Amino acid sequence: MLKDLFYYLIYPGFLFVAVAGGLLSFFDRKITAWVQFRKGPPLLQPFYDFFKLLLVKETIIPAKGSRITFLLAPVFSLFGATVSSVLIFLPLLGIKTGFTGDVIVIFYLLTIPSLTYIIGALASGNPFASVGASREMKLVVSYELSFLLVLIALIIKSDMSISLYDIINAQQPANAFIGSISGVILFIVAIFCLQAKLGLVPFDMAEAETEITHGSFIEYSGSAYALIKLTKYIMLFTLPAFIIALFMRGINLEGIGILWAILKVLAVVLILTLIRNTNPRVRISQAMRFFFVWMNLLAIIAIVLIFFGY
Amino acid sequence: MSKIIPIGPYHPLQEEPELFKLYCDGEVVKDIKWETGYNHRGIEKLSESKTFDQAFFLVERICGICSTSHPFAFANCMDEIAGVEIPDRAKYIRSIIGELERIHSHLLWVGLAGHFLGYNTVFMWAWKYREPVLDLFEMITGNRNSYAMFKIGGVRRDIENEKFPKIKEILNYVKKKTDLLTGAVMDDPVIHARTKGVGILTKEDIISYGAVGPTARASDVAIDVRRDDPYAAYPMVNWKVITAKGCDVFAKAEVRLLEMYESISIIEQCLDGMKKTKEGDIETKVKEVPAGWGTGHAEAPRGEVFHFVVTNGSSYPVRHKVRAPSYVNIATFKKSCVGQTITDATISLAAVDPCYCCTERMAYAYDCNTKDMILNGEEILKLSHRKTEEIRKQL
Repeated sequence: MLKDLFYYLIYPGFLFVAVAGGLLSFFDRKITAWVQFRKGPPLLQPFYDFFKLLLVKETIIPAKGSRITFLLAPVFSLFGATVSSVLIFLPLLGIKTGFTGDVIVIFYLLTIPSLTYIIGALASGNPFASVGASREMKLVVSYELSFLLVLIALIIKSDMSISLYDIINAQQPANAFIGSISGVILFIVAIFCLQAKLGLVPFDMAEAETEITHGSFIEYSGSAYALIKLTKYIMLFTLPAFIIALFMRGINLEGIGILWAILKVLAVVLILTLIRNTNPRVRISQAMRFFFVWMNLLAIIAIVLIFFGY
Repeated sequence: MSKIIPIGPYHPLQEEPELFKLYCDGEVVKDIKWETGYNHRGIEKLSESKTFDQAFFLVERICGICSTSHPFAFANCMDEIAGVEIPDRAKYIRSIIGELERIHSHLLWVGLAGHFLGYNTVFMWAWKYREPVLDLFEMITGNRNSYAMFKIGGVRRDIENEKFPKIKEILNYVKKKTDLLTGAVMDDPVIHARTKGVGILTKEDIISYGAVGPTARASDVAIDVRRDDPYAAYPMVNWKVITAKGCDVFAKAEVRLLEMYESISIIEQCLDGMKKTKEGDIETKVKEVPAGWGTGHAEAPRGEVFHFVVTNGSSYPVRHKVRAPSYVNIATFKKSCVGQTITDATISLAAVDPCYCCTERMAYAYDCNTKDMILNGEEILKLSHRKTEEIRKQL
């Protein structure tokens, strides 16, 4: 019991992913700054942001709209992100949980932040937020199918094991899934799904600062918004870690392995950052077409390739 | 079920306060209404209490970005009233300032358009490459913005011949970076997907709304005051009016990017022309301004700026009327935004490069003795429409 609580709250749960996610957020912002000829923030800026929102800024609640739903939505999004991160990191760190079928649970848990954003936005009663929520809904519908296809393909590839621990071990010792043709195709699809899940450009239309002024989150302030920010930090670490578990043999924390683990995470975040800095935001209709047609097509091609043994 | 999405009065899409109400059905914009009046400064009235020399500094502050286009038009206007022919060197200097301003204004727009599309890298890059142009301004005028170069009968400061190599060097740098930006914008498939076929204004729309500047030229309406009513040094150099046939947001970007090359070429020719003139010969002295009236216009980066001044022989204008390009361009939103999604409507709003502080105005007529209002703005508008109709009938 105490061990479970430790897993959930300290390592590899809440505290660990929150700190690491904050540092990754700094990395993302620093790289963005370098690409744009700017200096960039100091190392601890994400934490300054978070604590300022949490402790200093007042929380304003919209008069119209549902107060309880509005305030509970960020809490649930944080829960969803934390639980999914624990389920991902335990197998990733080599701790066998005995939980068969956790890949499916993780898939559902990872959608919870998006769903709570939608609920919170609709509870605020703001027209910008309602536009943002409707966009987020359309986006979720379009990318989740592609993401599911990626998971199905990887499950087939790892001889029908639906446990993340087995999927990681199926890639040992040297044949990581990304080393095959189907693996590369699936990796591309997964990266775009991540981009949409994290709400980064080109799929940030749910927030779209210059159109609907941060859409879904427009009414959030103070500690409620701090929780959303924390969820975003956690997702920025959890999702790349999930990708690493699925495609790159997970991580190994012995000796030089730590360096490799950090490099893998940074590499995935770097790809996400570069995509977001070299593209404009697309229309929601274009994003839907992109996932429904092209990404699903790629995923299906990959599944066919897997059957032929590539 | 339609809801109102307010763009403004304070919104990240705009640097200035202005309210657009988008009546939306889901994501589709069904109607648009706009409200002004957040930024009215009463420049026209203020100008009547300034001497002609002071008025230059006043009109310079109408617009922060194209801060030389208003003095340019005002100078053309005052030269016409005073009946002076300004020296060639002053003409060249005026053109150089005008074109440098076009370069920095277009770079600014390219950056902003990138920002509005969520492409912040273009935003930062374009503004970084705009910086040397501002440095160049500081070198030749002493100011990065609001240059205070124009006066009746010429210009205030000379550009010395020894500065020419440095100017050309900076222009070369800007040209190289413009190549880079043009390549990045014109070849990006995602930018094509976002801007092509968006905010379409056909040739007929442009003519019926009377739109000017790059907005009109992007719809293949070759309208440019620099060519149509030549002033300053423009008849003395070779250049062409850039047009595009796309009619959409992409065409507007294309026109602005290509215009920067023309501007660079104009400045280079002006510098060559200036070498043949005498250094320091930059002004025809004007002792007094006679009674009368005059008009002056100039091609600002956003389109035609028009100034109308009535004088009575004193050193103050009796009436000073300003019409900025955004005043006519903003009206096209009704055509370009309705029927689009919110995403496309916002970039269509930004595509005409609107400048609201130039546009803001109010009008009413009051009794001089009792200060009672006789006609409000709408009634004056109706009156002017009626007069236009009468003039049309007579023709």
